[in-house]
This record gives sequence, structure tokens and C-alpha cells, in this order.
Amino acid sequence: MSDRIFGVVGILLAIGFAFAALAIEESFLSDAVGPKAFPLIIAAILGLSSLAIALKPDASPAWPSLGRLAEILAAAVVMILYAELLPELGFIIATCFAAGYLTWRLGSGFLASVATGVGTSVGIYVIFHLVLGLSLARGPLGF
Amino acid sequence: METFASLADGFAIALTWQNILLALLGCFLGTIMGALPGLGPSNGVAILIPLAFTLGLGPTASLILLTSVYYGAMYGGRISSILLNIPGDEPAMMTCLDGYPMAKKGMAGQALSLSGIASFVGAFFATWGLIFLAPQLVKIALLFGPAEYFALFALAFMTLGGVSSTNQAKSAFAAALGLGLAMIGVDTQTGVPRFTFGEVHLYDGLDFLVAIVGLFALSEVFIFLEHRHGDASASASKIKVGRLTPPMSMLKQTTPTMIRSTILGFIAGVLPGAGASLGSFISYSFEKRLVDKDGKTFGKGDPRGVAAPEAGNNAAAGGALVPMLALGVPGSGTTAVLLAVLLSLNITPGPLLFTQNPDVVWGLIAALFIANFMLLAMNIPMVGLFTRVLMVPPRILMPVVAMVSFVGIYGISGSSFDLLVMIGFGVLGWVLRKFDVPLVPIILGTLLGNAMENNLRRAITIDNGDWFTLIDSPLAIGLWLVAIIGFVLPLIVGRKVKAKMHERGDDEGSISD
Repeated sequence: MSDRIFGVVGILLAIGFAFAALAIEESFLSDAVGPKAFPLIIAAILGLSSLAIALKPDASPAWPSLGRLAEILAAAVVMILYAELLPELGFIIATCFAAGYLTWRLGSGFLASVATGVGTSVGIYVIFHLVLGLSLARGPLGF
Repeated sequence: METFASLADGFAIALTWQNILLALLGCFLGTIMGALPGLGPSNGVAILIPLAFTLGLGPTASLILLTSVYYGAMYGGRISSILLNIPGDEPAMMTCLDGYPMAKKGMAGQALSLSGIASFVGAFFATWGLIFLAPQLVKIALLFGPAEYFALFALAFMTLGGVSSTNQAKSAFAAALGLGLAMIGVDTQTGVPRFTFGEVHLYDGLDFLVAIVGLFALSEVFIFLEHRHGDASASASKIKVGRLTPPMSMLKQTTPTMIRSTILGFIAGVLPGAGASLGSFISYSFEKRLVDKDGKTFGKGDPRGVAAPEAGNNAAAGGALVPMLALGVPGSGTTAVLLAVLLSLNITPGPLLFTQNPDVVWGLIAALFIANFMLLAMNIPMVGLFTRVLMVPPRILMPVVAMVSFVGIYGISGSSFDLLVMIGFGVLGWVLRKFDVPLVPIILGTLLGNAMENNLRRAITIDNGDWFTLIDSPLAIGLWLVAIIGFVLPLIVGRKVKAKMHERGDDEGSISD
């Protein structure tokens, strides 16, 4: 069943891709093929392979329970927040929180999570910024 | 003779302090990454690429660092296979079969050192194979015009799924998805934006490094979160290494095995679509059929069953570099990642690489020899050190992997937008791995998409808009035939081999070395 849904989503994706390809504005300076042809070929392959997946599905994968799924979603949200807040908070503070959160969700205790978060953050800062000279996001406090 | 002169030049380049140190660092990190379940050669190399760039390493230096990681990971994978019966990376799957039983018999140290030697033999002779085969392939490739290149790219995509995936449709889907992603951005020939939806960040196209790190490294973090594999797979009490030198008789017994496996592995590596996993699989199966007809010793701790897959996967790792360097078309996940390195450094791999950047090619090859000796030295006496690494629990390791990925990508562009795209790819990678869609064709598609389209358009423009020019030369027809056979054949006969390979697969299944 999973594969059938996957195939249908793939077909929709292929149709969307084909429409977006048809919407490309042609320039007056165009070669014999133009910017649309190759994307249309790709859309065709995408559609055909999705159709094949939908018609001949594999056994369903073992989907995680709802709780685990929420776990992954939460981790993605934390990462998005991390990406957005990195320039605001600076590297060290943002990374402490993100690394601490991930290690907590992977089963560390509270104190161990704090320690891992701080350790990861400071460790990366020392190795990559102080030793190797990589520029990291700088927060209001200068690090 | 010319070859040896070039090789000597290569050694002159590789033997600087900086490059030796980079090779040493790469070997060390690579062995660790190979040994740790969850980090393999492709995601190991992937998270290091952005760092190599932001540190301002030149092309030769970056390649030396990253290929050392690649070779190192091939060595490292065996450690957890033998000690814990958990493959450290995909190519080391077959090593579990006889390595773990050997360890249970109290011969862990001997299995480790024997497999170290087998790895060395495989990698050493494969590097020689690379030296002699790649220039020959270059001679053929110099005859290629745009139409032949287009056919070659098609061949790469069509054969990729035959081995790495259980479902050809999913592999085709992955290739098309990758190619589609490559189309995003301003069209190089006419200057019109495509699939950008008005987002300025997308005008330059998606940075394939962002896609690679997201798909390979971040998706691994999600897999671990899903299963909450937080605890270390090894505890101190479980690891007992014992005597670290194999007896002479064992070496003698396994020498023919190593030679046969090296040859098989190398060939498997050169073939498109096959990587080190196939190399170790073929070597093990062949050896089993040849020397253990009744099935008495293999699988019960036969030293030959340890030597065969290790020689095979290291030889395949060297062989996989041949098409990547000579044609610019990688056949495996890690070589695709290495191709990304070259492309980001504005070096176009392929036949011209050997004439335009001989320093890069021969410096790299010399570095491979040096790295190989370093790895042998590291992996026999110091194997105890690497076994300690297995005690690092993933709940500490995975956040570090995630954060280093973020640091690397942020270091390249300094923009949060790229980080968001990377997270998107991480989630996408997790979903696709659930569906058993191989990730390597996606990466290959994003890497080669623009080159493939340019060759198509050039070929047709040269011939005034005639599409039949694509199948006009015997060479092009030959390539298309191989491509079609490569796509259709696995549909008929391939299921058995793949089913066998995937029997021992795990969540890492859809990342191919």
C-alpha cells in the first residue's frame, strides 16, 4: 500500500514538474533544443517509473509508530529552529541547545545531555574555529 | 615507462609535509568512520567535504584527505564486523560471516590482522590496476563526442540500479529525481531561470554538497532517532582481541584467496553501478564455491572467508576510482561524492583531467599508495585503539555528526537558507530510505544533470536539430546497447543476487558505498 501512495505522489510530482517545465519562458536566443526539452524528458521518466512503482508495489516498509514519527518531526523542527536562530544566538549557544536536544532524545539523561551539548559545542568551536580558523556564526556575545 | 615517470612526479607532489599529514589524518578518521556503525565511507566523506573547502585546501590536498578517508573506511568496516557481528559499513557485511565466528573461537586478533593484510593486498594491487587501466580508458574516452557522452551518462544511470537496488523502477525514479533537482537554477545556455519559483537563492541552482550532506549524513541521524539506537553496540567486556599476528600457515593458506579476490573485486569496482559492496559479495561467494564445495568450513570461521571479502572490497574501492577519474562517471556512492569534490573545485574529471591536471591525478595516486601503507601500519598494531572507538555510544556520536554537517555547510555559504535545504534533504533521505529508494542515483543525477543536458543540446545543435544524431555513431550505439542490457538484464536474472545481498542488509541498505 505504501508503494502505491508513493507512486501516486511521484506521478503528481512528475505532472507538476512537466507543467513547471512548460512554463519556462523561452529566451529569444535559444539553441535547437531549448531549455524545456530535457526537463520534459525527465518528467516523463519520473512519471513512468512512479507508475511502475504504483502498479507493482514492493512489500510495505516497517513504518515507525506515531510516537517515533513525532520524534523525527520534532528533531526536524529543532534543526529548522537551529538554522534560523544560528545567526541570532551565535554558534556556541545555538549548538549547545541543538546537540543537547538530540542526545537527550537518543536516550541520554538530563545532566548527560547538558554535558554532551556543551561539550559538542565547545569542542567544535575550539577545533574548527580556534584551531582551523573556520568562520562560524557569531552571536551578540561574540561567539 | 611514461607511467612510471608520471608516478614519480606524483610522489614528489604527495610527499610534502602537508599532504602526508592530511593522508595520515584521513586514514585515521576514515578507519574510525568505517568502524562505527552508522558512519560509512559515503557519509564520512560527505561531512568532511565542506570542511576541506572552508579550510581552503587545494584540489590535490582535498582529494588526498578525502580519498584517504575513503580507503580508511574500507579498512575500518571490518573491525565491528569481526568483533560484534555488526558491519561497520555496507561493504563489510560479508566479513561478518566468517570474521565473527573466528572471534568467537578466540581468534579475533588473528582475524583482524589477517583482514588488515587482505585489505592491504586488495587496495595495493587495485591501485596498480588503476594506474594501468585508467590511461587506457582515457584513450577510448578521447574519441567521445557530445552524443557519446550523453549515451555514457545514460549508461551510468541505467546500470546503477541493477546492482544497488532491488527495484529498477525505484532506481529510475531516483535518477530522474536527481536530474530534475539539477535543472533548478538559471539555464546555462539561454539564461532563463528554471524551476526557481522566484526564489533568488535558487538562481544559482541547488548546491549539490547541501544535497549530499543532507541525504547521506542527516538522514542517518533520523534513522537513529527513529530506532532510538542510543547505546553503544560494544561494551568493554565484549571486546577481547588476543594475539595480533596471523600464523604463517594461515597467511600461506589465504594467499591464493587474496589474489583471486583482488582481481574479482577490482573488476567489480570498475563496472558501472557496482561498488565495494558488490566486490566483497562476489569475492566471498566465488571463494566459497571454489574452495568449500561442501559448505563445511565457510561461515564457521574460515580464515579464507575473512580474507576474500576484505581483499575484494578494498580492490573494488580502487577499481571504482577508474571510471570516476577517467570518464567522470562514478559508479558508486563514495566515488560520486568524490566527484562532487572535483566539480566544486572547478575540475572536470574525465579524459582531459589526465592532460590538464596531471598533478591532481598522479598526486592522488601516489597518495593512495602512501595511505595504504599508513593504513596497514595503523590497522595491525593499533587496532586495539580503534576497537575502543566502538564504545562511543550513538547518542553522543549522532549529535556530533549533525552539528559538524551544519558547521560545514554554514561554512561554505554562511546562509541559513542552505541549512534549511539541507534539513529538507535529510528528511527526504529518511523517507526515501524507508521506501528502499537508492540515494546514489539522486546524488549522481544532481551532479551530472547539467553536464548531461549540455551534451545533449550540444550534440543536437551541432547536427542542426536532428535528434537521431544521438544514435549516429557505432560508439554511441554500443553505449546505448550496454545501457539497455544493463537496465533490462537485472529485471530478468538480477533478483536472486540482490535478494541475497540484501538478506544481510540493514537500514544502511539504500546507501551504497
